[in-house]
Amino acid sequence: MSASIRLKSLTRDFDVSKPWLNRVIERLPRATLRAVDDVSLEIPENSVYALVGESGSGKSTIGRIVAGLVPASSGVVEVNGIDIVSTGAEQAAEARRNLQMIFQDPYASLNPRWKVRDIIAEPVAIRGVATDGLAERLLEQVGLSAADAGKFPHEFSGGQRQRICIARALASHPRIIICDEPTSALDVSVQSQVLNLMSDLREEMGLTYLFISHDLTVVQHMADRIGVLYLGALVEEAPRDRLFAEPKHPYTQMLFAAAPRMDAFGREVEPPKGEIPDAINPPPGCHYHPRCPLATDLCRSVVPETRRIGATRVRCHHAE
Amino acid sequence: MSEPVLSVRDLVVEIPTRRGILRPVDGVSYDITKGEILGVVGESGAGKSMTGNAVIGLLDRPARIASGEILLTGEPIHHLKGEALRRLRGRRMGMIFQDPLTSLNPLLTVGDQLTETILEHLPVSRAKALNRAVAALDEVGIPAARQRIGSYPHEFSGGMRQRVVIALALCAEPELVIADEPTTALDVSVQAQIIALLKRLCRERGVAVMLVTHDMGVIAEAADRVAVMYAGRLAELGPVRDVVGRARHPYTTGLMASTPDASRGQRRLRQIPGSMPRLDALPEGCPFHPRCDRAEVRCRQAPGPSLTACDGRAACWFPMHQPEETPA
Amino acid sequence: MQDRPTETLPPSEPSRLARAWDSDLAWSFRHTPVAMVSAAVVVILVLSAVFAPLIAPHDPFDPGSLNLMNGFTPPGRPNAFTQDMFLLGTDDQGRDVLSTILYGMRISLFVGFSAVLLALVIGVILGLLAGYLGGWVEALIMRVADIQLTFPAILVAMLIFGVAKGITPPAYRDQMAIWVLILAIGLSDWVQFARVVRGATLVEKRRDYVQAARLIGRKPFSIMLRHILPNVLNPVLVIATISLALAIIAEATLSFLGVGAPPTKPSLGTLIRIGQGFMFSGEWWILLFPALTLLALALSINLLGDWLRDALNPRLR
Repeated sequence: MSASIRLKSLTRDFDVSKPWLNRVIERLPRATLRAVDDVSLEIPENSVYALVGESGSGKSTIGRIVAGLVPASSGVVEVNGIDIVSTGAEQAAEARRNLQMIFQDPYASLNPRWKVRDIIAEPVAIRGVATDGLAERLLEQVGLSAADAGKFPHEFSGGQRQRICIARALASHPRIIICDEPTSALDVSVQSQVLNLMSDLREEMGLTYLFISHDLTVVQHMADRIGVLYLGALVEEAPRDRLFAEPKHPYTQMLFAAAPRMDAFGREVEPPKGEIPDAINPPPGCHYHPRCPLATDLCRSVVPETRRIGATRVRCHHAE
Repeated sequence: MSEPVLSVRDLVVEIPTRRGILRPVDGVSYDITKGEILGVVGESGAGKSMTGNAVIGLLDRPARIASGEILLTGEPIHHLKGEALRRLRGRRMGMIFQDPLTSLNPLLTVGDQLTETILEHLPVSRAKALNRAVAALDEVGIPAARQRIGSYPHEFSGGMRQRVVIALALCAEPELVIADEPTTALDVSVQAQIIALLKRLCRERGVAVMLVTHDMGVIAEAADRVAVMYAGRLAELGPVRDVVGRARHPYTTGLMASTPDASRGQRRLRQIPGSMPRLDALPEGCPFHPRCDRAEVRCRQAPGPSLTACDGRAACWFPMHQPEETPA
Repeated sequence: MQDRPTETLPPSEPSRLARAWDSDLAWSFRHTPVAMVSAAVVVILVLSAVFAPLIAPHDPFDPGSLNLMNGFTPPGRPNAFTQDMFLLGTDDQGRDVLSTILYGMRISLFVGFSAVLLALVIGVILGLLAGYLGGWVEALIMRVADIQLTFPAILVAMLIFGVAKGITPPAYRDQMAIWVLILAIGLSDWVQFARVVRGATLVEKRRDYVQAARLIGRKPFSIMLRHILPNVLNPVLVIATISLALAIIAEATLSFLGVGAPPTKPSLGTLIRIGQGFMFSGEWWILLFPALTLLALALSINLLGDWLRDALNPRLR
């Protein structure tokens, strides 16, 4: 099976300096934030790869880089074998035709002034292809009715809007869909509808998902392979069952322990220590060391390399 | 059992609109006793936040309490207004909001905000109030509290800020704390810290806590009892083990089953069809019946089921489990 | 697919008119007496200006119909010599004040509407460009706007008017005066449109529907026009309404100062300037009635704008 998406040493820096006048007056240096730090991964065709992490982990930025909405600072982003960072704009656009995206907030991702029909058909209409009946067909495919095509987004609930977003994403027959927290704005009962729909579509159409989420339960349900991000770096990557059965990185272990569970009545555990550090001045060495129970002097000074343990890739000096 | 700290009786909140009167809260009754955490759970539009706001007297106009009673240690407080309500708030009831940034004054140091609150509600000197403020920050786990007392809210991280809000809510030693989605804006690791903190403070101080959230996991972890709300009404009320483990209302079971859980090993998630009805288009009878696969003729007929009309735990004519002996 | 949501949505598609009547905006209008009265005043004034040739009792610009003997007829009383009656009296030349007001309003409204349209088009385009493209484009546009804002608008208008007058051949000056006026007021007024549109664009461009449009390869200008523009029009509408009142007043001010509409085509401002000369000699009506008309027009447009701002503001609803 060939890889749909391949990232090699992907890095993205954001300039978070104050305006130049402030820098001159207050004698501040330029400040950069490394949102994505040397991330390499492969997503095989017709699989679901999930990126999990907390806020500031860079998971959304990676999704947007692959979608071409944010440029990469360095590294390689291959979509169906074409590097969209180094190649010309036209070839990159051609490669991205196979790629669509579903966004987190179903209220912000549909233009409130457009009819549903026009929203769904837009990706096709923009290439000058006829779109008769396309929106109606797709609406039925995502579980809405063809009559909804003439309505405006505000007439729909959050879950229905997310179905419309999915319909739009499917309109141009993509092979890859980037799902950026597609259900975090939805209620649980509606979330399950949308997740089921996404699973069904994946099987019917042979789609590949890059699934971005902070919710471990959702990721566990959807993903084939999971990458855990901390401060922009991929700290652990493994097949789903492997990761949940045997998390290697202390950060992954902490995430699993901290997640609220339905069977944990009155659970009395020591909550994890500390918070995510400032990404502009991350701690030296392994970024996780100030919160890590295993941290040694090595961790405080040397950035760990990615190591392979069985099916797991982990970025920790002490994992075994 | 001692007298409950908070008693809500048949609370109805109404919003008059041009399309008629909406009832975001409709006939809700529950008690919270000393040292107990009541989890109020529901999806968006279920009326859970509105219930909390009604209790603390923070309903935005034109929403108003139309009928029912709210009793704080036996005294009715639902009719209080202005100064009397303000004195009660902070002194006897504390509030923790979802977004810590908006509930702190960005122009005052956290020390000032804490001492002001203490001085306003407790008869102590300024020096004593400052000491209390430091102690309050210390208690919620802010390291080097005495040094951080002069810091402004923006100098704290998200989790630390929420700790400050908790300290602020608790510094005048209230009997009741209403926490409205206190961990929703936080990361998983910080969320676990805040839940642990709330539980500890509740136990140590004997504060009654009303924890409003949409997250069943948080409820399971933190609450002693659970109130499940649907379309402004209580769908189910009971001890957390019973509600989560042996839910009776089909909505509660559906809610639980639709949360992904790999240990169940299913490929497809169970789903509740449709979504919560809008307040201006509530169905007759049980508000859940259009989404319920167990609905029968009786469910479609008014009046709809209520806790009291049914078995006291689930507002359902055909509950999932037979009643068991569990003291509520 | 078996999992179609069974949720009930309101039964669909009554006629467009019924929907508009039922909309929140129409509802708010029907429940705001000030808005209804202002709208009525504006509609009456605009209609009477548009149909001035049909309803005006006299044609004030037809020298043949003028009778100098009718000069200074007081309102509502017969002229001492000709026994002619004039509802609002006449001016020194014997022109019917009511007719001059109706014709004057045509000029005032025409200049006002055109100037606002010009300001709106310039402001919206520059605001969209500044907000969406950012960088040096934004810096350039907004600095020009800032600089212009440091001068009073009326001064800018006078400057533009002066320059334009200087470069037009004298023969065309009177003919061109109206267009120069529009240009002067329009150019002095684009800044607030640009600022508001830029602000709204900055908000909208971060929203995901714009990202979705970028993803499928829509070009920046297409995104600005098709996606962002429709979503920033609400505040533009409010500003346009209030600007209309200001533009009418600005036109009146310029004309009053003698740099606006020529006496051969008098606007309300010109009429007020002419009337002002008779204020102390007892012929008060020549000044008062044009001034009252200007007041009524500007005030009701302003009140309408205030209502519109509140009604379109989701936070106040």
